[in-house]
Amino acid sequence: MDVIPPAERLYGLLAEFDVAEAVVDAAHQAHAAGYRQMNAYTPFPVEGLSAALGQRPTRLPWVVLIGGVLGGVTAYATMSYASIVSYPLNVGGRPLNSWPSFIPITFELTILGAAFGAFFGMLALNGLPHPHHPLFNVPAFSLATRDRFFLCIQSRDPRFELEQTRAFLQGMSLHVHEVQP
Amino acid sequence: MSHRKRRRQSRASHSDVTPADDVKLLPVSVETHAVIEPGHTYGSVTDKISAIVLTRKTSRGWIFGFAVSFALMMAFMYATAYLLAKGIGIWGTTIPVGWAFPIVNFVWWIGIGHAGTLISAVLLLLHQDWRTSINRFAEAMTLFAVSCAGLFPLLHMGRPWVFYWMLPYPNTMDLWPNFRSPLVWDVFAVMTYFTVSSLFWYMGLIPDLATLRDRSKNWLSRIIYGMLAMGWRGSAAHWQRYQTAYLLMAGIATPLVVSVHSIVGMDFAASIVPGWHTTFSPPFFVTGAIFSGFAMVMTLMIPLRSIYGLQDFVTMRHLDNMGKVILATGSIMFYGYASELFFAYYSGNEYERFVTINRVLGPYGWSYWALIACNVITPQLLWCDSLRNNLVVLFVVSLIVNVGMWLERFIIVVVSLHRDFLPSSWRIYQPTIWDYTHLIGSVGLFLTLLFLFVRFLPVISIFELRELVRETDAEA
Repeated sequence: MDVIPPAERLYGLLAEFDVAEAVVDAAHQAHAAGYRQMNAYTPFPVEGLSAALGQRPTRLPWVVLIGGVLGGVTAYATMSYASIVSYPLNVGGRPLNSWPSFIPITFELTILGAAFGAFFGMLALNGLPHPHHPLFNVPAFSLATRDRFFLCIQSRDPRFELEQTRAFLQGMSLHVHEVQP
Repeated sequence: MSHRKRRRQSRASHSDVTPADDVKLLPVSVETHAVIEPGHTYGSVTDKISAIVLTRKTSRGWIFGFAVSFALMMAFMYATAYLLAKGIGIWGTTIPVGWAFPIVNFVWWIGIGHAGTLISAVLLLLHQDWRTSINRFAEAMTLFAVSCAGLFPLLHMGRPWVFYWMLPYPNTMDLWPNFRSPLVWDVFAVMTYFTVSSLFWYMGLIPDLATLRDRSKNWLSRIIYGMLAMGWRGSAAHWQRYQTAYLLMAGIATPLVVSVHSIVGMDFAASIVPGWHTTFSPPFFVTGAIFSGFAMVMTLMIPLRSIYGLQDFVTMRHLDNMGKVILATGSIMFYGYASELFFAYYSGNEYERFVTINRVLGPYGWSYWALIACNVITPQLLWCDSLRNNLVVLFVVSLIVNVGMWLERFIIVVVSLHRDFLPSSWRIYQPTIWDYTHLIGSVGLFLTLLFLFVRFLPVISIFELRELVRETDAEA
């Protein structure tokens, strides 16, 4: 490229790899070199990649637990309130607090709450939906959903220096793409 | 020896020895089939599956099949319109048989739906790699089967327009549903099941929708798949949360499957009707659901894989394993029938004994014997390796099992009701043309949705196949 845009105008540099091991290796090296504002993009989950990038384990299980507890408590409380407090009725001579009969719905709504926690929690923590992203400006990035693996070091990383970072990435990858913001 | 180990050995022998030795070394058995045929790369699995949706021309077979299914669905709509106009008296349902075809169909459809969740959730928790090629399709089947099932409890109400009275909401009448009724439990069970299966299915689709977004050449499909993929980029952080979410969903979907069909079983078990009031109903219904669901997956998968050329991904090993599951659950069903007979005798209760004798020798005796032939005798063919590897046999057996499971629900529901405590309230049940229209029409609805799914979404999970390619490469 003839004209190199100033570093601050770039989103980052995107290195392309053709095997999963290479991107894990590159992530390790980049982390060791002090880069933090980076992420890797792969067509399927690659074991150890997140750890290599220095990402912390997700808090999602807590979201799921809270969702499940909320669902279950809401269900049991609603049924108790409706059957004991709000409008007590003698149905089939059964006690007002027919707790065994309340279990199935409590169970189902626990599951529903937990599932909502898992699905919407995953989307929220991932920042989805987010249909536009600077990475989509790189034509080759469409292969991230096919058979190529990418490592992107963002320009907001304090260690980011266009030429040096490019040289660093070029040493281990197939291509290095510039990501326009 | 585990499957994995054995497969690794057969794979190793492929590469290390000459073809002549190969033949001698490998026993002629199904274990030689891989879960994915060798020679595939990430790119080839992606292209092959996304091509079905993106580039392949809509075949005449698809158009014909869709047209037939759509026509049947229209028959369903017509029957439903007539039902709403006239009332449920258009069905053969009467007193004492207040529950008949609609509830039979409801239980049948929801049972079929269970295999999908079982394949995608339970087999995931058990680390079964053969689930990968069939889980997407099975999950879709679940959704469509539950859609069919969900209609029947609604239509079966005398006044379906007040169905929302079954939901607890603050209202001016200060009234609440009766939470002691299994029919209210059903509402929550089926709605939760449908919602959770949809979320699970959609979550599995997100990375594949991103693949379709990136592969499609046409702006409209790029926009639609792009919206549906929600900006999925496959980043390491996304995948980490995604995998956690997927695993947790599988973990909560597993008790869900068991509970949903148990609750459906309790519609019967919580009653006092002889033939219904059995404590083993919940597990027995769940087993029946697995049995019929796997049969339906097989019925649909065998034509699908040959029409779309998916033999590399849905190999004989998948069909063989599904055959084994059908055999295992079929044997549990056999045990269920046997214990039904035994406990009826052992109970010393004359009504229980009579109900059983009536099932076997009464006016609906033909259905009992047909049931035994379909559900007990036919699956036993699958003990034989060569029959389990024969597509025609598998297909025919799976069809017969579907029929058998419908008959089973018919026997439980109708045959128990038509002769119970008071002989003055005995009556023969006669289904009408509208009963049949709703049954066949619901099949049309199911197939319509399935045809649309096959045309517009990837039938096999692409990203999970890529993972499988990586695993098999690592093993080789």
